[in-house]
Amino acid sequence: MSMFKIFDVSGSAVSAQSQRLNVVASNLANADTVAGPNGQAYKARQVVFQTELMGAVGAAGVRVAAVGEDNTPGRRVHDPKHPGADAEGYVTYSNVNTVEEMVNMISASRSYQNNLEVMNAAKSLLLKTLQMGQS
Amino acid sequence: MINRLTDSLEFQSQALVLRAERQRLLASNIANADTPGYVARDMDFASALRAATGTSGVGGAAGAAVTAALRQALPAGSGFGASAETHLRYAAPSQTNLDGNSVDMDRERASFADNSVKYEATLRFINGSVRSMLDAMKSPQQG
Repeated sequence: MSMFKIFDVSGSAVSAQSQRLNVVASNLANADTVAGPNGQAYKARQVVFQTELMGAVGAAGVRVAAVGEDNTPGRRVHDPKHPGADAEGYVTYSNVNTVEEMVNMISASRSYQNNLEVMNAAKSLLLKTLQMGQS
Repeated sequence: MINRLTDSLEFQSQALVLRAERQRLLASNIANADTPGYVARDMDFASALRAATGTSGVGGAAGAAVTAALRQALPAGSGFGASAETHLRYAAPSQTNLDGNSVDMDRERASFADNSVKYEATLRFINGSVRSMLDAMKSPQQG
């Protein structure tokens, strides 16, 4: 039954999108993190999607190939009274762009919903196929 | 004799298999909506059905209406190997995209809904011919 492959395909997409949501959540949580004693602030992370062929022709799932780090320098704010300030009085914040992350979150949750609906449609079609010739 | 009974079912079952295959193809496109570089694919249903059933009579009539719009959207094509695979086409992107992804979510969702309905229609055709076959086998006393 080739239709069963839909669950593999959409399932892989759902898990990839949920990993993307996870990464967005950790980026947003660390949006205001300042640099620790080592001088390194949190770096925003991004997932990299890749097509994964699943046996049958036309069945192409998704997987997260890598989770990359954003290497742009973090925001530096002059605040000598801050406990995290360095010798020059600057505080280094993480380089998370909150607006970008919010957009990313909406996109990920929409894609998640899309794939869930695909699975629901495939499930109802398969259930009707099981009743073939009975009604 | 039994051949004649199942001949009408044969065509519908081929159509059902192709519908399931197209459903899987569309699911793959939707799954890869965010993958950079992914090129959406779709099936030329009419020619796939004609090749699967080996007729242009019934198959042509049923399949032609299905993909008039589909053909328009899918100009150039490239095959892969055997049977239904040779009827796969690459979808032309409706809008240019920086990451090279050519999945048009509106089109994919519309095709997906369309294909679901037609899959179910094929199922009902099969159920209908099975029922009429069973009715014909009944004795008059059974009602």
